[in-house]
Amino acid sequence: MKVLMGKITVWRAISAIILVAGLYATYLRVMYGLGGSTNLSDKFPWGIWIGFDVMCGVGLAAGGFTLVAMVHIFNIEKYKPVLRPAVLTAFLGYVLVVVGLLYDLGRPDRLWHPLVMWNPHSVMFEVAWCVTLYTTVLFLEFLPMVFERFGWHRPLEWIHRISVPLMILGVLLSTLHQSSLGSLFLIVPSKLYPLWYSPILPLLFYISAIAVGLAMTIFESWHSSRAFGRALELPLLASMARVLAVILSVYLWIRFLDLSHRHAFGLLTQNRIETWLFALEIALMAVPMALLYQASVRVRPGALYACAVMVVFGFITNRLNVGTTGLEAGSGTHYVPKWTEIAVTLSIVATGFTVFRLIAHYFPVFEKEQHTVEVQGEIDGADREAGAPVMT
Amino acid sequence: MSKAILYDSTLCIGCKACEGACAERWGLPYNDKIAAEEHISAHKLTAVETHGEHFSRRLCMNCQQPACASVCPVGALQKTSLGPVVYDAEKCMGCRYCMQACPFQVPSYEWDKRLPKMRKCNMCYERQSQGKPTACTEACPVGATIGGERDDLLAEARKRLAEKPQAYYQKIYGIQEAGGTSVLYLSAVPFEQIGLRTNVPMEALPETTWRVLELVPDVVSTGTVLLGGIWWITNRRSEVAKKEGRR
Repeated sequence: MKVLMGKITVWRAISAIILVAGLYATYLRVMYGLGGSTNLSDKFPWGIWIGFDVMCGVGLAAGGFTLVAMVHIFNIEKYKPVLRPAVLTAFLGYVLVVVGLLYDLGRPDRLWHPLVMWNPHSVMFEVAWCVTLYTTVLFLEFLPMVFERFGWHRPLEWIHRISVPLMILGVLLSTLHQSSLGSLFLIVPSKLYPLWYSPILPLLFYISAIAVGLAMTIFESWHSSRAFGRALELPLLASMARVLAVILSVYLWIRFLDLSHRHAFGLLTQNRIETWLFALEIALMAVPMALLYQASVRVRPGALYACAVMVVFGFITNRLNVGTTGLEAGSGTHYVPKWTEIAVTLSIVATGFTVFRLIAHYFPVFEKEQHTVEVQGEIDGADREAGAPVMT
Repeated sequence: MSKAILYDSTLCIGCKACEGACAERWGLPYNDKIAAEEHISAHKLTAVETHGEHFSRRLCMNCQQPACASVCPVGALQKTSLGPVVYDAEKCMGCRYCMQACPFQVPSYEWDKRLPKMRKCNMCYERQSQGKPTACTEACPVGATIGGERDDLLAEARKRLAEKPQAYYQKIYGIQEAGGTSVLYLSAVPFEQIGLRTNVPMEALPETTWRVLELVPDVVSTGTVLLGGIWWITNRRSEVAKKEGRR
């Protein structure tokens, strides 16, 4: 117990330091502009606020649409217990992406411009619309947790009535903009290193987003089981890990085919930073894939967690490669983020963890153990969504 | 028909008169220190570079099918029928996608301002729409930069290549680069030796993203039917299962 308390305090101290640094960085960003708070330049206009905050933020939130599709459209009800945490992660993820954008845009006061000034030929325009609409959808998907918390049955029923079209819309919007984040880079064929530039970037982004959505679900289930002292939904996560292994295989196979059709494998003989980053990215996807095919790995919480973490880091490496490092050589420059950029990014992550924890503590995000569900019938009577016992 | 600029590196004497005229036209400061900067930036929209014994002028290429205009989410950048690619700072939200997308790395940003704008040459759109030449062509004392209709300038460039084959590297930069540009280059040496990017795609860049974007309506409509259909089937199946008490 003492150890646990100590650990929590250490994490809180780290978070506090990060947030203080983030606040000071925010001050610098507001007072001295992008020049005073980033290492961006005319040759390198996008840094980690785009490469991580936006591209990874949106991707790591992909569990929301993946699980909504699995539970409500494919009707695989056994995944229901992890649906709400995934929706919450997605909602917070998107809100934080918008926060990240407020830092990155030169004119954050004009964030709304794409909604009224249209250019349908722009991928960014499509992403802006999808992210706006999907954040709204996620908000509506999150609302039942609020309504249940306060016992508002009437609005809960309204939400239920529109829930199916809402969820289909959410999956479609996600499909569009998860892939479009890859399409953003189709316009830079001469800048992006050929290990990453591919005409099928949108497809690769989409499949890897599904994979990381599942990995994030495993990741947060593991963390929340520790934080809230719940039992881990191991059989459920193990079966999800099986799906994850298959999706990773599909992803890696398409990646392999793409590289071979573009005759890009020759590049791997070159001793350059890109080669090593590519190897790292692929290894962080391939190793967990191979491990997750082993039943013995899937049933061990620690090993399962380690695999999820690898996938998450593999995904982050990929997005950073496409969004930053892979563009350095082609842009004829080097980019190392300034401390302020890192401080803001870490603050956003720390805020995400903290807010998730708070909401999960005060709202019905995680299912109660099955036997308590039956005891507390009066609460769950109004709640066909999460309270219904898992299909057995 | 659209306006263009022909820059002949073999004629350029590196006097930088174009730089001064450009700064004046934009109301930007210009002094010896700025003149010594050999790259374009938010306060210097054209720059004369020295590459050994050759000069090379940098400015916005005002592409025929500009990547910057196609990627701008708010349509702040537009290709005009006159030729110039113009920028509306009032629309710009500062996403800097134009800078990322430009194969020539032309757009510059006012990094140090609190309310920054993107800056780039617009081939003197205001002057040209009144029938006047661009500030730089007017200022050039040796005719290294000349303006006119793109087709006429291409003909002129070909004539120069034919008349003085020894003086020129036998190619015109800007015919096919990024699908064709409004600024055309002639040089005594291969273009990469005067600092021009030669790995620029020979196709119009907006095509690369449009190929995917045009699929959006198909994805949405097919996706709706597919997801709706799957839901209808799976939902029915579980309803039936419930009714039959199989759970």
